[in-house]
Amino acid sequence: MTWLWSNLDEVGELMLVHLALSVPAVILSLVFSIPLGWTAHRYAWSRGVLLSIAALLYAIPSLALFVSLPPLTGFGLRSPMNLVIALTIYGVAVMVRTAADAFDSVSREVRQSATALGYSASGRFWGVELPLAGPVLLSGLRVVIVSTVSLATVGAVIGVPSLGSLFTDGFQRGIQAEIVTGIVATILLALVLDLVAVLLGRLLLPWTRTPSGRRASQERAMETTERVAGAA
Amino acid sequence: MNLFVEGFAWILDPANWSGPGSIPERLGQHLAVSATVLLIAMVIALPVGALIGHTGRGREAAVMVSGGLRALPTLGVLTLFGLWIGIGLTAPILALVILAIPPLLAGAYAGFESVDRRTVDAARAMGMRELQIVGGVELPLGLPILVGGIRSASVQIIATATLAAYLADEGLGRYIFQGLKTRDYAEMLGGSILVIALALVVDGCFALVQRIVVPAGVRATRTRELRSRPARSRAATG
Repeated sequence: MTWLWSNLDEVGELMLVHLALSVPAVILSLVFSIPLGWTAHRYAWSRGVLLSIAALLYAIPSLALFVSLPPLTGFGLRSPMNLVIALTIYGVAVMVRTAADAFDSVSREVRQSATALGYSASGRFWGVELPLAGPVLLSGLRVVIVSTVSLATVGAVIGVPSLGSLFTDGFQRGIQAEIVTGIVATILLALVLDLVAVLLGRLLLPWTRTPSGRRASQERAMETTERVAGAA
Repeated sequence: MNLFVEGFAWILDPANWSGPGSIPERLGQHLAVSATVLLIAMVIALPVGALIGHTGRGREAAVMVSGGLRALPTLGVLTLFGLWIGIGLTAPILALVILAIPPLLAGAYAGFESVDRRTVDAARAMGMRELQIVGGVELPLGLPILVGGIRSASVQIIATATLAAYLADEGLGRYIFQGLKTRDYAEMLGGSILVIALALVVDGCFALVQRIVVPAGVRATRTRELRSRPARSRAATG
Protein backbone atom coordinates (compact mmCIF):
# COMPACT_ATOMS: atom_id res chain seq x y z
CA MET A 1 0.00 0.00 0.00
CA THR A 2 2.85 2.41 0.76
CA TRP A 3 4.04 2.04 -2.83
CA LEU A 4 0.61 3.03 -4.10
CA TRP A 5 0.37 6.15 -1.91
CA SER A 6 3.77 7.44 -2.94
CA ASN A 7 3.07 6.79 -6.63
CA LEU A 8 -0.57 7.79 -6.76
CA ASP A 9 0.05 10.55 -9.30
CA GLU A 10 1.83 8.23 -11.71
CA VAL A 11 -0.87 5.56 -11.43
CA GLY A 12 -3.57 8.17 -12.04
CA GLU A 13 -1.75 9.48 -15.08
CA LEU A 14 -1.28 5.98 -16.53
CA MET A 15 -4.96 5.32 -15.95
CA LEU A 16 -5.84 8.34 -18.09
CA VAL A 17 -3.39 7.20 -20.78
CA HIS A 18 -4.96 3.76 -20.64
CA LEU A 19 -8.42 5.29 -21.04
CA ALA A 20 -7.21 7.30 -24.03
CA LEU A 21 -6.06 4.03 -25.65
CA SER A 22 -9.02 1.81 -24.87
CA VAL A 23 -12.04 4.12 -25.16
CA PRO A 24 -11.38 5.08 -28.82
CA ALA A 25 -10.75 1.42 -29.64
CA VAL A 26 -14.05 0.36 -28.02
CA ILE A 27 -16.02 3.10 -29.80
CA LEU A 28 -14.40 2.31 -33.15
CA SER A 29 -15.13 -1.40 -32.66
CA LEU A 30 -18.80 -0.60 -32.16
CA VAL A 31 -18.90 1.76 -35.13
CA PHE A 32 -17.30 -0.76 -37.50
CA SER A 33 -19.08 -3.86 -36.28
CA ILE A 34 -22.60 -2.45 -36.69
CA PRO A 35 -22.51 -2.23 -40.52
CA LEU A 36 -20.52 -5.47 -40.74
CA GLY A 37 -22.93 -7.28 -38.43
CA TRP A 38 -25.91 -5.89 -40.33
CA THR A 39 -24.41 -7.12 -43.61
CA ALA A 40 -23.88 -10.58 -42.12
CA HIS A 41 -27.48 -10.54 -40.89
CA ARG A 42 -28.99 -9.26 -44.14
CA TYR A 43 -27.03 -11.25 -46.72
CA ALA A 44 -26.72 -14.92 -45.82
CA TRP A 45 -23.78 -15.49 -48.15
CA SER A 46 -21.68 -12.84 -46.42
CA ARG A 47 -22.26 -14.26 -42.97
CA GLY A 48 -19.87 -17.17 -43.28
CA VAL A 49 -17.20 -15.03 -44.91
CA LEU A 50 -17.39 -12.20 -42.38
CA LEU A 51 -17.54 -14.46 -39.34
CA SER A 52 -14.64 -16.60 -40.60
CA ILE A 53 -12.50 -13.51 -41.15
CA ALA A 54 -13.41 -12.30 -37.66
CA ALA A 55 -12.44 -15.66 -36.16
CA LEU A 56 -9.14 -15.63 -38.08
CA LEU A 57 -8.29 -12.11 -36.90
CA TYR A 58 -9.14 -13.07 -33.36
CA ALA A 59 -6.72 -16.00 -33.51
CA ILE A 60 -3.75 -13.70 -34.23
CA PRO A 61 -1.61 -13.30 -31.10
CA SER A 62 -1.70 -9.68 -29.93
CA LEU A 63 2.04 -9.14 -29.63
CA ALA A 64 2.55 -10.40 -33.20
CA LEU A 65 -0.22 -8.10 -34.45
CA PHE A 66 1.30 -5.07 -32.72
CA VAL A 67 4.59 -5.79 -34.52
CA SER A 68 3.02 -6.56 -37.91
CA LEU A 69 0.76 -3.52 -38.21
CA PRO A 70 3.28 -0.64 -38.54
CA PRO A 71 4.48 -1.65 -42.05
CA LEU A 72 0.82 -1.82 -43.15
CA THR A 73 -0.46 1.37 -41.55
CA GLY A 74 2.64 3.58 -41.61
CA PHE A 75 2.38 4.40 -37.91
CA GLY A 76 5.39 3.78 -35.69
CA LEU A 77 5.65 0.67 -33.52
CA ARG A 78 5.45 2.78 -30.35
CA SER A 79 2.73 5.07 -31.66
CA PRO A 80 -0.50 4.94 -29.62
CA MET A 81 -2.32 4.83 -32.96
CA ASN A 82 -0.72 1.46 -33.69
CA LEU A 83 -2.17 0.08 -30.48
CA VAL A 84 -5.60 1.65 -31.02
CA ILE A 85 -5.79 0.10 -34.50
CA ALA A 86 -4.80 -3.33 -33.19
CA LEU A 87 -7.29 -3.13 -30.32
CA THR A 88 -10.00 -2.05 -32.76
CA ILE A 89 -9.28 -5.08 -34.96
CA TYR A 90 -9.73 -7.40 -31.97
CA GLY A 91 -12.81 -5.50 -30.85
CA VAL A 92 -14.43 -5.83 -34.27
CA ALA A 93 -13.45 -9.52 -34.42
CA VAL A 94 -15.27 -10.14 -31.12
CA MET A 95 -18.21 -7.90 -31.88
CA VAL A 96 -19.20 -8.77 -35.48
CA ARG A 97 -20.87 -12.04 -34.50
CA THR A 98 -22.78 -10.37 -31.68
CA ALA A 99 -23.84 -7.56 -34.01
CA ALA A 100 -25.15 -10.11 -36.53
CA ASP A 101 -27.00 -11.90 -33.72
CA ALA A 102 -28.33 -8.56 -32.51
CA PHE A 103 -29.97 -7.80 -35.86
CA ASP A 104 -31.20 -11.40 -36.06
CA SER A 105 -32.93 -10.85 -32.72
CA VAL A 106 -35.26 -8.24 -34.23
CA SER A 107 -38.34 -10.26 -35.12
CA ARG A 108 -39.46 -10.51 -38.71
CA GLU A 109 -42.97 -9.32 -37.79
CA VAL A 110 -41.63 -6.09 -36.36
CA ARG A 111 -39.61 -5.41 -39.50
CA GLN A 112 -42.60 -6.18 -41.69
CA SER A 113 -44.86 -3.87 -39.66
CA ALA A 114 -42.30 -1.09 -39.95
CA THR A 115 -42.27 -1.50 -43.72
CA ALA A 116 -46.07 -1.60 -43.78
CA LEU A 117 -46.15 1.66 -41.81
CA GLY A 118 -44.17 3.27 -44.59
CA TYR A 119 -40.63 3.24 -43.20
CA SER A 120 -37.97 3.51 -45.88
CA ALA A 121 -35.11 1.00 -45.73
CA SER A 122 -32.79 3.47 -44.01
CA GLY A 123 -35.54 4.86 -41.81
CA ARG A 124 -36.37 1.34 -40.69
CA PHE A 125 -32.72 0.67 -39.90
CA TRP A 126 -32.22 3.78 -37.77
CA GLY A 127 -35.70 3.90 -36.25
CA VAL A 128 -36.55 0.24 -35.70
CA GLU A 129 -33.78 -2.29 -36.26
CA LEU A 130 -30.86 -0.52 -34.60
CA PRO A 131 -32.73 0.42 -31.40
CA LEU A 132 -34.23 -3.06 -31.06
CA ALA A 133 -30.82 -4.63 -31.63
CA GLY A 134 -29.50 -2.35 -28.88
CA PRO A 135 -29.65 -4.70 -25.87
CA VAL A 136 -27.74 -7.48 -27.64
CA LEU A 137 -25.26 -4.96 -29.09
CA LEU A 138 -24.73 -3.67 -25.56
CA SER A 139 -23.96 -7.15 -24.24
CA GLY A 140 -21.34 -7.56 -26.97
CA LEU A 141 -19.90 -4.14 -26.26
CA ARG A 142 -19.45 -5.06 -22.61
CA VAL A 143 -17.34 -8.08 -23.57
CA VAL A 144 -15.30 -5.85 -25.90
CA ILE A 145 -14.75 -3.33 -23.09
CA VAL A 146 -13.33 -5.93 -20.71
CA SER A 147 -11.09 -7.57 -23.30
CA THR A 148 -9.84 -4.25 -24.76
CA VAL A 149 -8.89 -2.77 -21.39
CA SER A 150 -7.05 -5.97 -20.51
CA LEU A 151 -5.36 -6.31 -23.90
CA ALA A 152 -4.15 -2.70 -23.97
CA THR A 153 -1.68 -3.54 -21.19
CA VAL A 154 0.28 -5.80 -23.58
CA GLY A 155 1.42 -2.71 -25.49
CA ALA A 156 3.73 -1.90 -22.59
CA VAL A 157 6.25 -4.56 -23.65
CA ILE A 158 6.82 -2.83 -26.99
CA GLY A 159 6.96 0.57 -25.32
CA VAL A 160 3.46 2.03 -25.55
CA PRO A 161 2.77 3.39 -22.06
CA SER A 162 -0.42 2.25 -20.31
CA LEU A 163 -1.32 0.62 -17.01
CA GLY A 164 0.73 -2.27 -18.42
CA SER A 165 3.83 -0.14 -17.80
CA LEU A 166 3.29 -0.92 -14.12
CA PHE A 167 3.79 -4.61 -14.97
CA THR A 168 6.99 -4.17 -16.97
CA ASP A 169 8.43 -1.59 -14.56
CA GLY A 170 7.43 -3.59 -11.49
CA PHE A 171 8.93 -6.74 -12.95
CA GLN A 172 12.21 -5.10 -13.89
CA ARG A 173 12.59 -3.38 -10.53
CA GLY A 174 11.18 -6.28 -8.53
CA ILE A 175 8.32 -4.32 -6.96
CA GLN A 176 5.42 -6.69 -6.36
CA ALA A 177 3.11 -3.92 -5.13
CA GLU A 178 3.47 -2.13 -8.45
CA ILE A 179 2.32 -5.18 -10.44
CA VAL A 180 -0.58 -5.85 -8.08
CA THR A 181 -1.60 -2.19 -8.33
CA GLY A 182 -1.53 -2.50 -12.11
CA ILE A 183 -3.73 -5.60 -12.09
CA VAL A 184 -6.25 -4.05 -9.68
CA ALA A 185 -6.27 -0.76 -11.60
CA THR A 186 -6.85 -2.54 -14.92
CA ILE A 187 -9.76 -4.57 -13.56
CA LEU A 188 -11.18 -1.47 -11.86
CA LEU A 189 -11.00 0.51 -15.09
CA ALA A 190 -12.76 -2.28 -16.97
CA LEU A 191 -15.50 -2.41 -14.33
CA VAL A 192 -16.01 1.36 -14.43
CA LEU A 193 -16.22 1.44 -18.23
CA ASP A 194 -18.60 -1.52 -18.09
CA LEU A 195 -20.80 0.37 -15.64
CA VAL A 196 -20.74 3.45 -17.88
CA ALA A 197 -21.85 1.27 -20.81
CA VAL A 198 -24.71 -0.21 -18.76
CA LEU A 199 -25.86 3.25 -17.63
CA LEU A 200 -25.66 4.62 -21.17
CA GLY A 201 -27.68 1.60 -22.25
CA ARG A 202 -30.39 2.40 -19.70
CA LEU A 203 -30.46 5.97 -20.97
CA LEU A 204 -30.56 5.13 -24.67
CA LEU A 205 -32.70 1.97 -24.45
CA PRO A 206 -35.34 3.06 -21.94
CA TRP A 207 -37.76 0.24 -22.82
CA THR A 208 -35.38 -2.30 -21.31
CA ARG A 209 -36.15 -0.67 -17.97
CA THR A 210 -39.78 -1.82 -17.81
CA PRO A 211 -40.09 -5.19 -16.04
CA SER A 212 -41.30 -7.19 -19.04
CA GLY A 213 -38.96 -5.46 -21.48
CA ARG A 214 -36.07 -5.96 -19.16
CA ARG A 215 -36.77 -9.65 -18.81
CA ALA A 216 -36.99 -10.20 -22.54
CA SER A 217 -33.86 -8.27 -23.42
CA GLN A 218 -31.97 -9.69 -20.47
CA GLU A 219 -32.69 -13.20 -21.60
CA ARG A 220 -31.53 -12.44 -25.09
CA ALA A 221 -28.51 -10.54 -23.84
CA MET A 222 -27.57 -13.31 -21.39
CA GLU A 223 -27.63 -15.86 -24.14
CA THR A 224 -25.37 -13.71 -26.28
CA THR A 225 -23.03 -12.83 -23.45
CA GLU A 226 -22.48 -16.49 -22.76
CA ARG A 227 -21.91 -17.21 -26.39
CA VAL A 228 -19.51 -14.32 -26.80
CA ALA A 229 -17.79 -15.05 -23.53
CA GLY A 230 -17.21 -18.59 -24.69
CA ALA A 231 -15.79 -17.32 -27.94
CA ALA A 232 -13.46 -14.84 -26.32
CA MET B 1 5.41 -3.62 -47.42
CA ASN B 2 9.15 -3.59 -48.00
CA LEU B 3 9.57 -4.49 -44.36
CA PHE B 4 7.50 -7.61 -44.85
CA VAL B 5 9.87 -8.72 -47.59
CA GLU B 6 12.70 -8.31 -45.09
CA GLY B 7 10.71 -10.25 -42.51
CA PHE B 8 10.20 -13.16 -44.89
CA ALA B 9 13.84 -12.94 -45.94
CA TRP B 10 14.77 -13.27 -42.27
CA ILE B 11 12.61 -16.40 -41.96
CA LEU B 12 14.18 -17.92 -45.09
CA ASP B 13 17.74 -17.06 -44.07
CA PRO B 14 19.50 -20.44 -43.61
CA ALA B 15 21.48 -18.96 -40.69
CA ASN B 16 18.23 -18.90 -38.70
CA TRP B 17 17.53 -22.57 -39.29
CA SER B 18 20.44 -24.12 -37.40
CA GLY B 19 22.39 -23.65 -34.18
CA PRO B 20 21.13 -22.45 -30.79
CA GLY B 21 18.00 -20.30 -30.98
CA SER B 22 17.16 -21.56 -34.46
CA ILE B 23 13.62 -21.43 -35.79
CA PRO B 24 12.98 -25.20 -35.41
CA GLU B 25 14.24 -25.10 -31.82
CA ARG B 26 12.14 -22.07 -30.87
CA LEU B 27 9.10 -23.53 -32.64
CA GLY B 28 9.59 -26.79 -30.75
CA GLN B 29 9.81 -24.93 -27.44
CA HIS B 30 6.71 -22.94 -28.25
CA LEU B 31 4.76 -26.08 -29.09
CA ALA B 32 6.08 -27.99 -26.06
CA VAL B 33 5.18 -25.22 -23.61
CA SER B 34 1.75 -24.75 -25.21
CA ALA B 35 0.97 -28.48 -25.20
CA THR B 36 2.08 -28.86 -21.57
CA VAL B 37 -0.07 -25.95 -20.49
CA LEU B 38 -3.06 -27.18 -22.48
CA LEU B 39 -2.81 -30.66 -20.94
CA ILE B 40 -2.54 -29.40 -17.36
CA ALA B 41 -5.38 -26.92 -17.84
CA MET B 42 -7.57 -29.60 -19.46
CA VAL B 43 -7.00 -32.02 -16.57
CA ILE B 44 -8.19 -29.30 -14.19
CA ALA B 45 -10.98 -27.63 -16.14
CA LEU B 46 -12.68 -30.36 -18.15
CA PRO B 47 -13.85 -32.62 -15.27
CA VAL B 48 -15.12 -29.59 -13.35
CA GLY B 49 -16.89 -28.30 -16.44
CA ALA B 50 -18.38 -31.73 -17.16
CA LEU B 51 -19.68 -31.98 -13.60
CA ILE B 52 -21.25 -28.51 -13.79
CA GLY B 53 -22.78 -29.21 -17.18
CA HIS B 54 -24.10 -32.61 -16.11
CA THR B 55 -25.61 -31.60 -12.77
CA GLY B 56 -26.46 -28.02 -13.69
CA ARG B 57 -25.16 -27.06 -10.25
CA GLY B 58 -22.56 -24.38 -9.69
CA ARG B 59 -23.20 -22.84 -13.05
CA GLU B 60 -23.37 -19.25 -11.77
CA ALA B 61 -20.11 -19.78 -9.90
CA ALA B 62 -18.44 -21.14 -13.03
CA VAL B 63 -19.67 -18.23 -15.15
CA MET B 64 -18.38 -15.81 -12.54
CA VAL B 65 -15.01 -17.52 -12.15
CA SER B 66 -14.40 -17.72 -15.89
CA GLY B 67 -15.66 -14.17 -16.40
CA GLY B 68 -13.52 -12.84 -13.58
CA LEU B 69 -10.41 -14.67 -14.76
CA ARG B 70 -11.00 -13.23 -18.21
CA ALA B 71 -10.71 -9.67 -16.92
CA LEU B 72 -7.23 -10.45 -15.52
CA PRO B 73 -4.57 -8.76 -17.64
CA THR B 74 -2.34 -11.51 -19.04
CA LEU B 75 0.85 -9.52 -18.75
CA GLY B 76 0.13 -8.68 -15.11
CA VAL B 77 -0.34 -12.33 -14.19
CA LEU B 78 2.81 -13.30 -16.09
CA THR B 79 5.04 -10.67 -14.48
CA LEU B 80 3.60 -11.31 -11.00
CA PHE B 81 4.34 -15.05 -11.26
CA GLY B 82 7.73 -14.19 -12.72
CA LEU B 83 8.56 -12.14 -9.63
CA TRP B 84 7.29 -14.80 -7.24
CA ILE B 85 8.94 -17.80 -8.84
CA GLY B 86 11.86 -16.28 -10.70
CA ILE B 87 13.12 -16.42 -14.25
CA GLY B 88 12.46 -19.76 -15.92
CA LEU B 89 9.66 -21.81 -17.35
CA THR B 90 7.69 -22.57 -14.16
CA ALA B 91 6.26 -19.06 -13.81
CA PRO B 92 4.96 -18.73 -17.38
CA ILE B 93 3.54 -22.27 -17.35
CA LEU B 94 1.62 -21.64 -14.12
CA ALA B 95 0.36 -18.27 -15.36
CA LEU B 96 -0.66 -19.76 -18.70
CA VAL B 97 -2.58 -22.57 -17.01
CA ILE B 98 -4.60 -20.07 -14.99
CA LEU B 99 -5.38 -18.04 -18.12
CA ALA B 100 -6.34 -21.15 -20.13
CA ILE B 101 -8.91 -22.36 -17.61
CA PRO B 102 -11.79 -19.95 -18.44
CA PRO B 103 -12.29 -20.96 -22.10
CA LEU B 104 -11.88 -24.66 -21.26
CA LEU B 105 -14.34 -24.47 -18.39
CA ALA B 106 -16.82 -22.54 -20.52
CA GLY B 107 -16.46 -25.01 -23.38
CA ALA B 108 -16.90 -28.01 -21.10
CA TYR B 109 -20.02 -26.87 -19.28
CA ALA B 110 -21.56 -25.37 -22.39
CA GLY B 111 -20.94 -28.65 -24.23
CA PHE B 112 -22.48 -30.86 -21.57
CA GLU B 113 -25.30 -28.43 -21.01
CA SER B 114 -26.15 -28.23 -24.70
CA VAL B 115 -27.37 -31.81 -24.71
CA ASP B 116 -31.17 -31.90 -24.75
CA ARG B 117 -32.40 -32.84 -21.28
CA ARG B 118 -35.01 -35.10 -22.87
CA THR B 119 -32.19 -37.12 -24.44
CA VAL B 120 -30.56 -37.45 -21.04
CA ASP B 121 -33.87 -38.46 -19.45
CA ALA B 122 -34.40 -41.04 -22.18
CA ALA B 123 -30.94 -42.49 -21.51
CA ARG B 124 -31.71 -42.61 -17.81
CA ALA B 125 -35.07 -44.29 -18.47
CA MET B 126 -33.30 -46.91 -20.55
CA GLY B 127 -31.33 -47.81 -17.43
CA MET B 128 -28.02 -46.09 -18.10
CA ARG B 129 -26.05 -45.17 -15.01
CA GLU B 130 -24.95 -41.55 -14.48
CA LEU B 131 -21.37 -42.27 -15.55
CA GLN B 132 -22.62 -44.03 -18.67
CA ILE B 133 -24.81 -41.04 -19.47
CA VAL B 134 -21.86 -38.68 -19.06
CA GLY B 135 -19.51 -40.80 -21.13
CA GLY B 136 -21.89 -42.32 -23.66
CA VAL B 137 -24.51 -39.63 -24.27
CA GLU B 138 -23.44 -36.19 -23.11
CA LEU B 139 -19.78 -36.40 -24.07
CA PRO B 140 -20.25 -37.37 -27.73
CA LEU B 141 -23.15 -34.95 -28.23
CA GLY B 142 -21.37 -32.09 -26.50
CA LEU B 143 -17.97 -32.83 -28.01
CA PRO B 144 -18.06 -30.23 -30.83
CA ILE B 145 -18.60 -27.45 -28.31
CA LEU B 146 -16.05 -28.94 -25.94
CA VAL B 147 -13.48 -29.05 -28.74
CA GLY B 148 -14.44 -25.44 -29.50
CA GLY B 149 -13.41 -24.55 -25.96
CA ILE B 150 -10.11 -26.41 -26.40
CA ARG B 151 -9.64 -24.56 -29.68
CA SER B 152 -10.02 -21.09 -28.21
CA ALA B 153 -7.89 -22.08 -25.23
CA SER B 154 -5.08 -23.36 -27.45
CA VAL B 155 -5.04 -20.22 -29.58
CA GLN B 156 -4.94 -18.13 -26.45
CA ILE B 157 -2.14 -20.24 -24.98
CA ILE B 158 -0.04 -19.79 -28.12
CA ALA B 159 -0.57 -16.03 -27.93
CA THR B 160 0.29 -15.86 -24.25
CA ALA B 161 3.30 -18.14 -24.69
CA THR B 162 4.61 -15.51 -27.12
CA LEU B 163 4.26 -12.88 -24.44
CA ALA B 164 5.86 -15.23 -21.88
CA ALA B 165 9.15 -14.87 -23.76
CA TYR B 166 9.33 -11.57 -21.86
CA LEU B 167 10.32 -13.54 -18.75
CA ALA B 168 11.75 -16.78 -20.04
CA ASP B 169 14.15 -17.72 -22.83
CA GLU B 170 11.44 -19.68 -24.57
CA GLY B 171 9.49 -19.87 -27.79
CA LEU B 172 9.03 -17.77 -30.89
CA GLY B 173 8.27 -14.66 -28.86
CA ARG B 174 11.97 -14.51 -28.08
CA TYR B 175 12.61 -13.23 -31.62
CA ILE B 176 10.25 -10.31 -31.03
CA PHE B 177 11.94 -9.27 -27.78
CA GLN B 178 15.41 -9.88 -29.16
CA GLY B 179 14.65 -7.79 -32.24
CA LEU B 180 13.17 -5.08 -30.04
CA LYS B 181 16.37 -4.91 -28.03
CA THR B 182 18.75 -4.89 -31.00
CA ARG B 183 16.43 -2.73 -33.15
CA ASP B 184 16.25 -5.49 -35.74
CA TYR B 185 12.80 -5.02 -37.23
CA ALA B 186 13.22 -7.86 -39.73
CA GLU B 187 13.73 -10.30 -36.87
CA MET B 188 10.72 -8.97 -34.95
CA LEU B 189 8.55 -9.17 -38.02
CA GLY B 190 9.86 -12.62 -38.95
CA GLY B 191 9.10 -13.87 -35.44
CA SER B 192 5.63 -12.32 -35.60
CA ILE B 193 4.87 -13.94 -38.94
CA LEU B 194 5.89 -17.32 -37.53
CA VAL B 195 3.72 -16.85 -34.45
CA ILE B 196 0.73 -15.81 -36.55
CA ALA B 197 1.22 -18.79 -38.87
CA LEU B 198 1.45 -21.16 -35.90
CA ALA B 199 -1.71 -19.76 -34.31
CA LEU B 200 -3.68 -19.97 -37.55
CA VAL B 201 -2.52 -23.52 -38.30
CA VAL B 202 -3.43 -24.74 -34.81
CA ASP B 203 -6.77 -22.92 -35.01
CA GLY B 204 -7.44 -24.54 -38.37
CA CYS B 205 -6.55 -28.00 -37.08
CA PHE B 206 -8.96 -27.70 -34.18
CA ALA B 207 -11.64 -26.34 -36.50
CA LEU B 208 -11.24 -29.51 -38.52
CA VAL B 209 -11.38 -31.71 -35.40
CA GLN B 210 -14.51 -29.83 -34.37
CA ARG B 211 -16.18 -30.89 -37.61
CA ILE B 212 -14.98 -34.48 -37.41
CA VAL B 213 -16.28 -35.08 -33.89
CA VAL B 214 -19.88 -34.25 -34.77
CA PRO B 215 -21.66 -37.58 -34.19
CA ALA B 216 -22.96 -39.20 -37.36
CA GLY B 217 -26.53 -39.16 -36.08
CA VAL B 218 -26.41 -35.42 -35.48
CA ARG B 219 -24.79 -34.78 -38.85
CA ALA B 220 -27.51 -36.75 -40.63
CA THR B 221 -30.25 -34.45 -39.32
CA ARG B 222 -28.27 -31.26 -39.63
CA THR B 223 -29.05 -30.24 -43.21
CA ARG B 224 -32.72 -29.73 -42.41
CA GLU B 225 -32.07 -27.25 -39.62
CA LEU B 226 -29.45 -25.30 -41.51
CA ARG B 227 -31.45 -22.11 -41.34
CA SER B 228 -32.69 -22.35 -37.78
CA ARG B 229 -30.47 -20.82 -35.17
CA PRO B 230 -29.16 -23.33 -32.62
CA ALA B 231 -30.07 -22.25 -29.11
CA ARG B 232 -26.66 -22.42 -27.62
CA SER B 233 -24.63 -24.81 -29.70
CA ARG B 234 -22.48 -21.95 -30.95
CA ALA B 235 -20.94 -21.28 -27.58
CA ALA B 236 -17.19 -21.25 -27.40
CA THR B 237 -16.61 -22.04 -31.02
CA GLY B 238 -14.47 -18.91 -31.33
